[in-house]
Amino acid sequence: MKAKIHVTLKQGILDPQGKAIEHALGSLGFKNAGNVRVGKYMEVDVNETDRAKADAAVKAMCEKLLANTIVEEYRYELG
Amino acid sequence: MKIGVVVFPGSNCDHDCEHIFKDVLGQSVEMIWHKETSLAGLDAIVLPGGFSYGDYLRTGAIARFSPVMGLVKEFAKGGGMVLGICNGFQILLEAGLLPGAMLRNKSLHFICKDVSVKVENAATAFTGACQPGQVLKIPIAHADGNYYTDPVTLAAMQANAQIVLRYCTPEGKSTPEANPNGSLDNIAGIINAAGNVLGMMPHPERCAEAILGNDDGKLIFLSMLESLKQSKKPLKMMPV
Repeated sequence: MKAKIHVTLKQGILDPQGKAIEHALGSLGFKNAGNVRVGKYMEVDVNETDRAKADAAVKAMCEKLLANTIVEEYRYELG
Repeated sequence: MKIGVVVFPGSNCDHDCEHIFKDVLGQSVEMIWHKETSLAGLDAIVLPGGFSYGDYLRTGAIARFSPVMGLVKEFAKGGGMVLGICNGFQILLEAGLLPGAMLRNKSLHFICKDVSVKVENAATAFTGACQPGQVLKIPIAHADGNYYTDPVTLAAMQANAQIVLRYCTPEGKSTPEANPNGSLDNIAGIINAAGNVLGMMPHPERCAEAILGNDDGKLIFLSMLESLKQSKKPLKMMPV
């Protein structure tokens, strides 16, 4: 099973990269662009056939290593 | 005293720390490879600056799972003195030995320059040789030094005087302008509640010799040695 994992800074935590990109979009004329958040995208092959087991494994990976939950949040799809 | 300097793949201030303790302060130093499985005989441990594991994923995120970090945690739990400088500080945060996390510098720049930091607590094992409120000039060199923690933890740290170093003006004022990286409450260095683990972003090992034109950083290392000496003194017997 493949996990597609997104890690981003929590809402409310300043994202300096997102801000810089937002300003760049604004100066390019995209006046409708706002609240840009930059994150990380990771793909992990999970060697499990049972969906619940794979889900538990990916959650543990995110909690332990892939995200720092003090400042980041994560979401993933399993497929 | 015997000081252990941990070497991760990508550490690059390890030999500077070794040089200060060995050649400037005359102590014995052991370089500890990150796969080491024993820390026996060490009086203090330094996690040096650098780019452990290339800063992949997050600064310090992978180094914290190095085999040696389990030992460092035990050492710290037993009251052992641990100093984390720059990347060492980031590793201590990721390892949960200090509260909070590092974000990218507000300016997005890697900043390498001398900054002023104020000794907010001169009663710690790492700052005892400083005067209360003393302003030290120490260089920083980082891209992720924007300290963050939740408001409850921040309030607890403020109440316990755990914020040991704050970025300030040369006159000692902690202003937003004197904050190089957007760090919460101008935090440059914090200590744990037990007082034996300190993390700081500035590099004291880069300014600990007069020949370099600045030896303010030496005060941090002298404080550590003095504190270790005190703790090694045999306990005085109470008069009967």
